[in-house]
Amino acid sequence: MCMRFLLLFSRQGKLRLQKWFTPISEREKKKIIRDMTSMVLARQPRSCNFLHWKDLKIIYKRYASLYFCLAIENQENELLALEVIHRYVELLDKYFGNVCELDIIFNFEKAYFILDEFLMGGEIQETSKQMVNRSIEASDMLQETMEEYMSKPAF
Amino acid sequence: MPAVSKGDGMRGLAVFISDIRNCKSKEAEIKRINKELANIRSKFKGDKALDGYSKKKYVCKLLFIFLLGHDIDFGHMEAVNLLSSNKYTEKQIGYLFISVLVNSNSELIRLINNAIKNDLSSRNPTFMCLALHCIANVGSREMAEAFASEIPRILVAGDTMDSVKQSAALCLLRLYKTSPDLVLMGEWTSRVVHLLNDQHMGVVTAAISLITCLSQKNPDEFKTCVSLAVSRLSRIVSSASTDLQDYTYYFVPAPWLSCKLLRLLQCYPPPEDGAVKGRLVECLETILNKAQEPPKSKKVQHSNAKNAILFEAISLIIHYDSEPNLLVRACNQLGQFLQHRETNLRYLALESMCTLASSEFSHEAVKTHIETVINALKTERDVSVRQRAADLLYAMCDRSNAKQIVAEMLSYLETADYSIREEMVLKVAILAEKYAVDYSWYVDTILNLIRIAGDYVSEEVWYRVIQIVINRDDVQGYAAKTVFEALQAPACHENMVKVGGYILGEFGNLIAGDPRSSPLVQFNLLHSKFHLCSVPTRALLLSAYIKFINLFPETKATIQEVLRCDSQIRNSDVELQQRAVEYLKLSSIASTDVLATVLEEMPPFPERESSILAKLKKKKGPGAVSVTELEDSKREGGELNGGGDRGPDTASTPSPSADLLGIRSAAPVGAAPASAGSLLVDVFSEAGTTTTLPSSSLFWLLFVCKNNGVLFENQLLQIGIKSEYRQNLGRMYLFYGNKTSVQFASFTTTPQLNVQTKPVEPLVEGGAQIQQVLNIECLTDFSDAPLLNIKFRYGGALQNLTLKLPVTINKFFQPTEMTSSDFFQRWKQLSQPQQEAQKIFKANHSMDTEVLKAKLLGLGTALLDNVDPNPENYVCAGVIQTKGQQVGCLLRLEPNAQAQMYRLTLRCSKDSVSRRLCELLAEQF
Repeated sequence: MCMRFLLLFSRQGKLRLQKWFTPISEREKKKIIRDMTSMVLARQPRSCNFLHWKDLKIIYKRYASLYFCLAIENQENELLALEVIHRYVELLDKYFGNVCELDIIFNFEKAYFILDEFLMGGEIQETSKQMVNRSIEASDMLQETMEEYMSKPAF
Repeated sequence: MPAVSKGDGMRGLAVFISDIRNCKSKEAEIKRINKELANIRSKFKGDKALDGYSKKKYVCKLLFIFLLGHDIDFGHMEAVNLLSSNKYTEKQIGYLFISVLVNSNSELIRLINNAIKNDLSSRNPTFMCLALHCIANVGSREMAEAFASEIPRILVAGDTMDSVKQSAALCLLRLYKTSPDLVLMGEWTSRVVHLLNDQHMGVVTAAISLITCLSQKNPDEFKTCVSLAVSRLSRIVSSASTDLQDYTYYFVPAPWLSCKLLRLLQCYPPPEDGAVKGRLVECLETILNKAQEPPKSKKVQHSNAKNAILFEAISLIIHYDSEPNLLVRACNQLGQFLQHRETNLRYLALESMCTLASSEFSHEAVKTHIETVINALKTERDVSVRQRAADLLYAMCDRSNAKQIVAEMLSYLETADYSIREEMVLKVAILAEKYAVDYSWYVDTILNLIRIAGDYVSEEVWYRVIQIVINRDDVQGYAAKTVFEALQAPACHENMVKVGGYILGEFGNLIAGDPRSSPLVQFNLLHSKFHLCSVPTRALLLSAYIKFINLFPETKATIQEVLRCDSQIRNSDVELQQRAVEYLKLSSIASTDVLATVLEEMPPFPERESSILAKLKKKKGPGAVSVTELEDSKREGGELNGGGDRGPDTASTPSPSADLLGIRSAAPVGAAPASAGSLLVDVFSEAGTTTTLPSSSLFWLLFVCKNNGVLFENQLLQIGIKSEYRQNLGRMYLFYGNKTSVQFASFTTTPQLNVQTKPVEPLVEGGAQIQQVLNIECLTDFSDAPLLNIKFRYGGALQNLTLKLPVTINKFFQPTEMTSSDFFQRWKQLSQPQQEAQKIFKANHSMDTEVLKAKLLGLGTALLDNVDPNPENYVCAGVIQTKGQQVGCLLRLEPNAQAQMYRLTLRCSKDSVSRRLCELLAEQF
């Protein structure tokens, strides 16, 4: 599964997460983000979840207020890409418990860490929900206790 | 669970984020961000050393600001410091910052690499994974250089943890994709293949991505993966839905791994081993059978995962294209999906059927679904599904259904979405041409196309209809009549006026007998459109008018009046003015004969690949050309030579990019250049390779007897040569043509001989040609040809190639005419044994007299008649001019047609020249 990028944006087109699996210039990134949000947000409901864009396939799906938009290479499997998105949503859900857009806004770094456990370099690293959760929990265990942090000054 | 209760809440970060969210305007947001940036900057610069937590918090804030779309120009150093923290969260944030804000600052990369090196050797699996992720995320050249040799070791080491193995496999894949030259396959190759047998499904899932990529590049070295993949697949397919525990996804066992296995198998032909093949066919049948079983869950995830495997299996079946039974089953399955209530499945079925349509086994089966597909084109709500339907109609079209499909596509065009109109127009035009049995249908179709979607009819399309009408006299009358009728419409598209102007200008006479379309009526009709048209169309119409004067002398006065009026002859557009003035003059001073010659009907266009097909290929990208199209272009013998850049006005001159100076036609036809070409293509597909043409290069040998032609050609570059020689001096013009659409950068050429040359331009634009002149002087006789080294960058890859320049000693021949007695006298004088060189050899080419004579003359010598007592033999004489001396040469060639042999004898005043000429010439006949 060769993935090029994953974007999460709101219905208003606000970008919530961007993951690029190949090096792209900042300018190019901004252009792609613009293209993706305008293309995906313009789609009618109950359309199919796949689009052709340049030499890539764009797979998108809406979960509540968030659009997940995944670009894969041309020969890749669309349905499986759809389930990559779903598995990521499940992982977020499992971690945050009923994940919502705000969780991703306020804990964006966690959203990145979870994604990194699941995907790497545009390929799937681990499909098992248990395995991913186990390693995320293990890394949480490595963290200092919350009290230690809460006692620090805010700024 | 509230968000902050998990892990570490960075309260300062949360406060900052909600501040930003509460900003009412963009300005307020920018103000808040600038305040924060100032705060962070002062903290970083402050005297007090920051503790890890604060550093982490501020780096994280910077990251947030960056992800909002603002530039960040500091904080990198602090992030790098975090990498060496031994607190996991701090390290993690540091790595995240580095991964997101890749910076090619070399000083920084060195520090980052150091931190990575420490973490890789820490033997702490979590730290190792972080480091591997960072390498994969950044993937830069420097990192590849630093770690490409280390990672395979981690991957195959016996004591590496599974999670680290997964990261290492994918990290290595990333590096292989960015810097394949640095990832050296070694003893670890077979150990990597055997990861397919690993007990841990996650390891297999990660490793197979690496193996697939490596197999695509080195299929032979990884061949053993086929049987391993088949047995792994077979175990998964036959397992119960609970066997694989957490790797079962919504009751589907290991969908990701299954698809990857099926994808890996698509890198190879069907397995040769009967048992392996049988097992695989069984798997594919099981997958097809499962599609018919009732679903184990109503959830869409279940059906998606199951169908993902099914589609991947169908791809493999199509890839093998050897199991008619499976192909037909696949087609039936897709046929069911065509009517599925899930839009996604309808879309994918249409897409997948496109590839099935090009297989001879399933083409007929696909055709049975034509009504469903037409219906999809008409009724699907989603434009991307309709687009797939149009693609499939195009792919399934053949002679039997062309009329129906073209009619449906035309009617769809009337309401089609703007985004796909141009492509639809191209497709209709191609199908109409390809399957035209009678060309009146073709003409009707194209004119309809212009009527319905004139704006989307590109130049290629209307050029093509004119090419075809001109080349087929059976359709010219019909075309003139139809276009005349189409022009009657009060508002017709400018493209229609162009086609009308061109066709009536050429063939208006064919319908002039009918009083309803008499010459004057035709002219008035065309001229009624004139003022509404753009300058290029007006220019075309003016040419049509002058053609009318030739076709119909009775219109001369009317047309001259039109040309003479101020709006023409004083037109502000220089092209229109020039045409009006020249045509007016031509019509008044030229005699009817001259006029008839100048304005003669256009000669037929040379047969070539349809320019619109080329355009569609370009539009769709190289991967999207279906097999049928490829076959057709092969059948037409067409090579993509940039057609379509030819307008009617340049019709009689060769297309600029078609042939280099038109000298390609001078190159001898035969298998040799083609095979040499394709050989080079393979070599050049590897980036940055050096190629030296072998000395026996057939291409080069062709130049012994001629001075002009194509010296070299591959997919990127064509090099043509024109040369002239006088005495011991020569001048060679080299033409470097860029065949691609992309610029060649840093283009340099270095001839390795003592020649005078000006350096070439360093940039060669796509499609452009540059010229270089070499001045050559022959100092003494020689046998080795000078070399020419060419280097340039195409895309990222450095191309390096070394060619032999076709400079041979015979180029400096001066022909010497002499009588029979003179010849034999000199022949006798050159009687020392070493002065003579002789060879008896088999004929490699035609022994036809004219061909031989042409070659001998091309050699540069004088061909002497009536010298040899045997009229079958050829005798030549010449003097080779070098700076220091002159070398007299006599040549005798005795063909033996029966034995298909030659005997070649050379006598020269210098023995090295005899030998060299004999060697050179023995390859020529």
